[in-house]
Amino acid sequence: MIEIQGFFGPLWLLVWTLAKIVAIIVPLLLGVAYLTYAERKVIGYMQLRIGPNRVGFKGLIQPLADGLKLMMKEIIVPSGANKFLFLLAPVLSMAPALLAWAVVPFTPQMVLANIDASLLFIMAVTSMGVYGVIVAGWASNSKYAFLGAMRSAAQIVSYEIAMGFALVGVLMAAQSLNLVDIVNAQQGGFWHWYWLPLLPLFLVYLISGVAETNRAPFDVDEGESEIVAGFHVEYSGMAFAVFFLAEYANMILVATLTALMFLGGWEPPVAVAPFTWVPPLFWLLGKIAFVLFLFLWFRATFPRYRYDQIMRLGWKVFIPVTLVWLMVMGAVMQTPYGYLFH
Amino acid sequence: MIKRFKDIFVSLLLIELLKGMAITGRHMFSRKITVQFPEERTPMSPRFRGLHALRRYPNGEERCIACKLCEAVCPAMAITIESEQRDDGTRRTTRYDIDLTKCIFCGFCEESCPVDSIVETRIFDYHGEKRGDLYYTKDRLLAVGDREEAQIAMDREADAKYR
Amino acid sequence: MSFVTLVFYAFSAILLASAVGVVTARNTVHAVLLLVLAFVTAAGIWLLLEAEFLAITLVLVYVGAVTVLFLFVVMTIDINIEKLRAGFWNYLPLSLGVGVLMAVEMVLALKSRGFDAIASSHPAGYSNTKELGRLLYTDYVYPFEIAAVILLVAMIAAIAITMRKRKTTKYQNPAQQVSVRREDRVRLISMPSERRGAAEGDE
Repeated sequence: MIEIQGFFGPLWLLVWTLAKIVAIIVPLLLGVAYLTYAERKVIGYMQLRIGPNRVGFKGLIQPLADGLKLMMKEIIVPSGANKFLFLLAPVLSMAPALLAWAVVPFTPQMVLANIDASLLFIMAVTSMGVYGVIVAGWASNSKYAFLGAMRSAAQIVSYEIAMGFALVGVLMAAQSLNLVDIVNAQQGGFWHWYWLPLLPLFLVYLISGVAETNRAPFDVDEGESEIVAGFHVEYSGMAFAVFFLAEYANMILVATLTALMFLGGWEPPVAVAPFTWVPPLFWLLGKIAFVLFLFLWFRATFPRYRYDQIMRLGWKVFIPVTLVWLMVMGAVMQTPYGYLFH
Repeated sequence: MIKRFKDIFVSLLLIELLKGMAITGRHMFSRKITVQFPEERTPMSPRFRGLHALRRYPNGEERCIACKLCEAVCPAMAITIESEQRDDGTRRTTRYDIDLTKCIFCGFCEESCPVDSIVETRIFDYHGEKRGDLYYTKDRLLAVGDREEAQIAMDREADAKYR
Repeated sequence: MSFVTLVFYAFSAILLASAVGVVTARNTVHAVLLLVLAFVTAAGIWLLLEAEFLAITLVLVYVGAVTVLFLFVVMTIDINIEKLRAGFWNYLPLSLGVGVLMAVEMVLALKSRGFDAIASSHPAGYSNTKELGRLLYTDYVYPFEIAAVILLVAMIAAIAITMRKRKTTKYQNPAQQVSVRREDRVRLISMPSERRGAAEGDE
């Protein structure tokens, strides 16, 4: 270790940080690839099908085949499109999806940047993801893409509020904006995790997370049966693939945040012998996988919401629910029963 | 009024959503009904209308007498026939083409044929790699007939009592 | 020149360039996107000043919400850029004057509060966010609450102005739709079957 450090000299910090970034990004992109596979398998099984099973054993190489196919395809820029913005849009949606991982802790020590306001940072960065969608819709010069972009913009902005309020509950309970502190505040068994005391906020966060990532049943911005593929209808090849990667990277991000903030992160469900043997990282990964499975399960189960009902759910149900629960929390925390929320 | 509050409370518990998820969750573990196509095939009727074939009599003489009924009845105008008198005085086709990109597989040609010459076989998984590959000429149709004769004869036999 | 200074100048250059771009861009969507760039770079400069809470809030509020709505509006309206530029030279002196005045005022205001003061170093464990929160809810609690009330009033006013019930539109009440039970809609009655003869007689 010391020899390598000596070799790079003053550049060591840069190289070491880059190595850590690669160590996060590569597993993440692999996770994205296999999430698409898992999605097709899980939804297939729920619909009495068996999903991809031809490429490799049980179809396990399918994501690679898909990736290869997308890389070989031509990126078509429609005539009348704004070429610069058209090609910038996938980058705009991918960058925030990856940037947010900079502050996500995997174990108390394993975090790229353990900054003080990491929760706020994640909210700020994820809120920038909507630009990719809007710019894609506008630059495509297509009415379907534009419709998808409009729907998406309104939906994401609306659900961000409910999501933000749900997070306010978490940071009230943990009394910190730092994700490591938030997880540490949930120590001591699954009944101390915040999903239980903050159950309404947990549900609101989970469902808003589905809406925020534009997943079924809130996928009106790419509703296949109405506006073909929504904002990315004009994209092909790798440009399309980048949108796809961004969507799934966002899914994994939301699942990770749910696991960290409501499901106790890397804490084992019961702090006794057989559970504590498992390394903390695996607990976190298991919880992420569970939340992602819920996402796929939702998609296999629920029909798409109508657009006005999405708005109604966001503004007239979720925001009041979160506000009421925040007030309940604030009131109870002033009484001797405040420990219920800590 | 009480009913209304009860409804709101029940909907906040998300019971109906959980019921729906229970159904899909249950189906995840039930037996899958997918047919693994090239290895497994679904049962097929003897009347199945797939790729066309021209048949021959057992002595090797082609059945088609160039009456052009199939050409006339074809709703997609996929069949083209030209005929000439052969040296032995019989009328035979010199050209019998079916454009499978036009064909709608209605089976009218088969029904109209007075000598059971043009038939549709059970083959449905054929393909073409070049533009002309789905334009079947007389030679190719006869070749299909020669190859599939056993199956074709069996299917005719099975269907005969309903005609 | 230290690394921080270098970053500062780079960010400042980008900020100025994008801000100039916002006012000169011919395409309004480009202008809004340049505005986003300006906000993000400004947030970067604030981060250099160790005001990470403010920087992140700037991105969260202005980039994440306000400018999205800007973009939303700008994309949908049809702007005739020529018409907007028609009086450019007439208005230039006035706008230049206002601009210079604002710049001078800002410099004076900041000079008087110690613009040149170097940020003091903080002890370990110092939390910018916590300090900001403490200050907002102790020393500045009244101005803060008044600002909040003003925003609330503005919000209610905006809703009141835009909310109108159109009589021509048909509304559905999902709560009502969901709460419908079979008993409300279907009435099962027992009815003896009619005689065969009577039914034929009608024909």
